[in-house]
Amino acid sequence: MKKLLSVALAAVLMTALAACSPADKNKAAAPAADAAAISGAGATFPAPLYAKWAETYKAATGNALNYQAIGSGGGVKQIQAKTVDFGATDKPLTKDKLDEAGLYQFPTVIGGVVPIVNLPEVASGQLKLSGAVLADIYLGKIKKWNDPAITALNPGVKLPGLPITVVHRSDGSGTTFLFASYLAMKSPEWSSKVGASDSLQWPAGVGGAKNDGVAALVRQTVGAIGYVEYAYAMKTANVASVLVQAKDGGWPKPEAASFAAATEGADWKNAPGNYLLVLDQPGANAWPITGATFILVYKDQPNAEKASAVLKFFDYGFASGDANASELYYVPLPASVKAMVRQQWAETITSGGKPVYTAPAAQ
Amino acid sequence: MLEAVFRIRELPETCMTPAPTHKTDPFDPIFRYVAFSAATLLLVTLGGIVMSLVVGGWPALSKFGFGFFTSVDWNPVTDVYGAAGPIVGTIVSAFLALAMALPIAIGIAVFITQFAPRALAQPIAIAVELLAGIPSIVYGMWGLFVFAPWFAKHVQVPLMTTFDSNPEGFWAKMFYGIPNGANLFTASVILAIMILPYMAAVFRELFRSIPPQVREAAFGVGATPFEVVTSVIIPYVQKGMVGVIMLGLGRALGETMAVTFIIGNTHLFPKSLFDSSSTLASTIANEFNEATGMHTAALMSLGLVLFLITFSVLAIARWLLSSQRY
Repeated sequence: MKKLLSVALAAVLMTALAACSPADKNKAAAPAADAAAISGAGATFPAPLYAKWAETYKAATGNALNYQAIGSGGGVKQIQAKTVDFGATDKPLTKDKLDEAGLYQFPTVIGGVVPIVNLPEVASGQLKLSGAVLADIYLGKIKKWNDPAITALNPGVKLPGLPITVVHRSDGSGTTFLFASYLAMKSPEWSSKVGASDSLQWPAGVGGAKNDGVAALVRQTVGAIGYVEYAYAMKTANVASVLVQAKDGGWPKPEAASFAAATEGADWKNAPGNYLLVLDQPGANAWPITGATFILVYKDQPNAEKASAVLKFFDYGFASGDANASELYYVPLPASVKAMVRQQWAETITSGGKPVYTAPAAQ
Repeated sequence: MLEAVFRIRELPETCMTPAPTHKTDPFDPIFRYVAFSAATLLLVTLGGIVMSLVVGGWPALSKFGFGFFTSVDWNPVTDVYGAAGPIVGTIVSAFLALAMALPIAIGIAVFITQFAPRALAQPIAIAVELLAGIPSIVYGMWGLFVFAPWFAKHVQVPLMTTFDSNPEGFWAKMFYGIPNGANLFTASVILAIMILPYMAAVFRELFRSIPPQVREAAFGVGATPFEVVTSVIIPYVQKGMVGVIMLGLGRALGETMAVTFIIGNTHLFPKSLFDSSSTLASTIANEFNEATGMHTAALMSLGLVLFLITFSVLAIARWLLSSQRY
């Protein structure tokens, strides 16, 4: 017993020592990069992209970014508590809320929400649903796949008499917020009975944890319908993505071009505080359930150097991060929106009354 | 608590009584002080957690009052919260899990201590301990990706179709649900697998504590092995067993990640065995990230409710354990 104890003790000591040395190295190396090391926290949806941008940015400039994916709600809380240099949220704050806290927000990248189904003999892009029908399905009013409301939109598609299993997110999520906001726009009943937020009182169905959980439940249940981020609609085997009717009546495909078209068509100029849900935008090719993810920073910055470092990072992301975004199934902002955001940086963000960012000359 | 049970069993008798000679040492008061602060630190931490749960949850508790515990309305959009659904889901899933794990845990412990040859007892005991070392998220993933589809196909759907002819009958209602295996019952099965190793290990220690003479005497008067187990061994450690059951229950009540994956996550009362449900812990895990304002307060209150339920279970266990003499 004693021998065993001493071995265990030795093992603990060894791990402790091993754990110490890299930490010490980090500490030693930190001050060099500290001048511009910036920290952010918030939304999980763009986290893989920010991590990728941070990696290439560090390689290119030597400056580090520390981003914690703690959720949009957490991002808002952290920036309000001023524990981070920027917050990130999928759910934009209204102009009133921004002004109250002295914050400014800008979009960084676009994503889309795509409904997926598991139906025998229905391939991706075959099934078409309008927003109103989608809302009735999620309200539990349409219960079978051969309901006249669905078959009327899908002549020529063989729809079985299977019961519809509704799958939704169980965790609070910007994806749910976008999806529910879209349903609320399309269905007065959804708007009055359910509403839109990042978690809901769902009238029907079963909840899966995160995108993976929803995708797994749909894949495992014949007759199920769910909604996931674009990347998961692409990556999940044996589920079919559904076409959702655009505002102009067309049937865009859920793909990067359609998300970009929706963002381009959106009226950013008349969106105070950049509060804009890119839902149901005009344009025949505009995917109706598109959303941008946002960054929150203070308008009046205490430290010009830090503020400049934050904006430089996103400037780098806008300038050289598009390929990274596409690889990870995000959609870069259209050039016009990027130019608008850069202009806003120059005009809005100040430190001690002086702007911290100079917009590049119009190209 | 579990560790405490082990420790006491393992210590040789001599360690339990202090040495007769008492010698004063200048180091003694310092040592006593350090030990005292270690113990107080724990109490302060515990008190701090309770306090912060009460303070954090107060806005919700004061706004909804007693209705918070009786309403099933959980609506983050309108900011109206009632915890009855998760409370019922927590209690039902924990008791179902206990009902499944208990006979198996007793069976394992009886086999290891009474019947198994030494060569077999050891591997089984190690396997049981290994089961206890698997992180709960792994159980959750296995449950969602492997167990749920298997269960739906081979148990749930056959049961549902068997009783399909009479949709108003008791069994049809009991087995009604979405046929994908993510429901209250499968969550309970996963929970049962998770609490099984703990319960089996403590049962084993309990049965070992029985003096061999007692068992031998029972055999000596001609009792069969079944009679020895049911009329001598189990009654001998009865109260201790109740304590173990409470420990298992306490663990099942608070388990989070595995349940979140597989329980279906609806805040309503479960209407059947195969209905979706939610637990206090799974609701907190699901929604805390994105919650603000009253929503956060409501989740904090859920934490407080869970704390109170677990605390009362552990208190009962303490009381039962202390009333038994080893």
